[in-house]
Amino acid sequence: MIASMMLAAINWHSVLFLVFAGLACAFAVAVVVADNIVRMAFYLVLSLGSTAGLFFLAGAEFIGSMQLMIYVGGTLVLLVFGVMLTAQAPFISIKTSTNDRVLAGVVGAALLVVLLQAAFSVEAWRRPGVGEVANPSATPLGMALLGVRVDDPPAGTSPSLVRSGYLLPFEIVSVHLLVVLVGAAYLARAKRRRTPRGIETADVAASGGPR
Amino acid sequence: MADFLINTVGLPEWLAWVITAGVAAALILNVIAGGALVFIWAERKIAARIQDRLGPTRTGGRFGWLQSLADGIKLLGKEDLMPEGADGMLFQLAPYVSFCASFCAFIALPFAFDFVGQRLNVGVFFVVAVLGLEVFGVILAGYASASKWSLFGAMREAAQVVSYEVPLGMCVVVPVMLAGSMDLVTIAEKQAGWVTNWYLFHDPFTFVIFWVYVTCAVASVNRAPFDLAEAESELVAGFHTEYSGMRWSFFFMAEYGSMFLVSALAALLFMGGWNGPIPVAELLGLSAGTGDTANYFVRLIGCFNLMGKATLGVLVMMWVRWTLPRLRIDQVMTTCLKYCTPIAAAMFAGAMFWQLALPGGVMRGMSRPAGEIREGWLEGPGGRAAARGTAVPAAAVPPKKLMQVQP
Repeated sequence: MIASMMLAAINWHSVLFLVFAGLACAFAVAVVVADNIVRMAFYLVLSLGSTAGLFFLAGAEFIGSMQLMIYVGGTLVLLVFGVMLTAQAPFISIKTSTNDRVLAGVVGAALLVVLLQAAFSVEAWRRPGVGEVANPSATPLGMALLGVRVDDPPAGTSPSLVRSGYLLPFEIVSVHLLVVLVGAAYLARAKRRRTPRGIETADVAASGGPR
Repeated sequence: MADFLINTVGLPEWLAWVITAGVAAALILNVIAGGALVFIWAERKIAARIQDRLGPTRTGGRFGWLQSLADGIKLLGKEDLMPEGADGMLFQLAPYVSFCASFCAFIALPFAFDFVGQRLNVGVFFVVAVLGLEVFGVILAGYASASKWSLFGAMREAAQVVSYEVPLGMCVVVPVMLAGSMDLVTIAEKQAGWVTNWYLFHDPFTFVIFWVYVTCAVASVNRAPFDLAEAESELVAGFHTEYSGMRWSFFFMAEYGSMFLVSALAALLFMGGWNGPIPVAELLGLSAGTGDTANYFVRLIGCFNLMGKATLGVLVMMWVRWTLPRLRIDQVMTTCLKYCTPIAAAMFAGAMFWQLALPGGVMRGMSRPAGEIREGWLEGPGGRAAARGTAVPAAAVPPKKLMQVQP
């Protein structure tokens, strides 16, 4: 009876949060400790996947899926390059020099201090609760990117900002990405040179498609 | 179900949730594993018929229908080999990574209106994102096997899957645009009614893009004629050359699971989901709200419909596999980058302009009000925005006007 009451008192959202957060941290440490580049990429994927689990737990399905698509999928390409670069000597291991370790430790510790300070400066974290957000949806997000805020903007926001949403930043980012894509295609395309017999492909660059 | 367990049976809350999740997971697992058993047997029979052979005939009686089970027992008994010099941990984990990706995508896949593991607001996006992760296990397997064949197969697969994600994404966006929602349940709901309501027959562009989707789907699950990662005539067995026993069969279950998944996704996006070609339930007067039993019966019919369509898709994939020869890697890339991607992009633009010019679609008899499609942007489970007064004027403005409001 007491055991069941104790079990009922546990907030299972918090338990799952701790599980996912612990996994993310553990695999992040594993990335640092591992000395094989493919294993590193594998741990990185698990760490990022756990982070996606945190987003799903918070009900942010869109962000969670984005995390899976962009970060985990992006690490995939990293893994491919890792395999391609180390395929000459199989299972090559990377040793980090002591200087690099110290430098990385200092940078990491500084970042940790900043983050801890930020975390403890919040007076009261909201308690996790079930059903706080009714039907979380990506619709307001999409509408805001198209230029209409359908959610409740914070009080004091100027009316023109409410009307325009995030259309301008969205367009700037889109054009930026397009430029990057065109540039990548230009750099990766096959170099052709003209010979008396016609056009010949001199160097075919391997490209797995833009990502 | 969790509510039922808490209120009626009187279980503590946490136990009820664990049981509910367990039942859902077990059901999905059975769809994959049971499906793989049936499909492997079907594949052998179909391959045999196409090649003028008989296929399995003895095990389990007349048609050799227990052959897969016998194979499974054989695989359980096989020795679990690992090549010398392999990266042990990655080699052992790779099959599970593949299988997990395939399994996770099923969580968001609805089998009927309420028959869905977890109804996600961005279901389509989630399924496509998770489906792309299956290649991860394949690359790990290829790398960790310490074999040239495996590595070749894995690198081919990586290039192929990463490329084919682009046109696949474009194809998937079109039904999302027509339905105004990324929720798979909502998309299928919008195609309810007769066969003409399916997005496949919505306009000419969707009809074309469906076939582009089929091509990309076959390529993204690595089936012939795109099975370069295995290519048994060149690479022994590609990425799973070094695998044996259960680990090997996990790769196979992942492959058949993914085949079923992309077929079910095609059914949901283009072929009406769980709505049959003829609305049997509606004609019988069994619409939603006529009581629990009737409701449940309708769902069962829907589940049957979707499974039937997905199975049909898998059978077509088998038919294609045993009919067409394998493409070369450059031909695979050409098909993707020079044909699928531009066609998908053009059809996407075409479907968009069709929606602007002829909202509602002529194939549906021009009977739907023009405003309905635009309101679709705000419908679905996230429709609280539509209920709010501020959103309605904004939603009524056509997209062109929205563009002009920018600063």
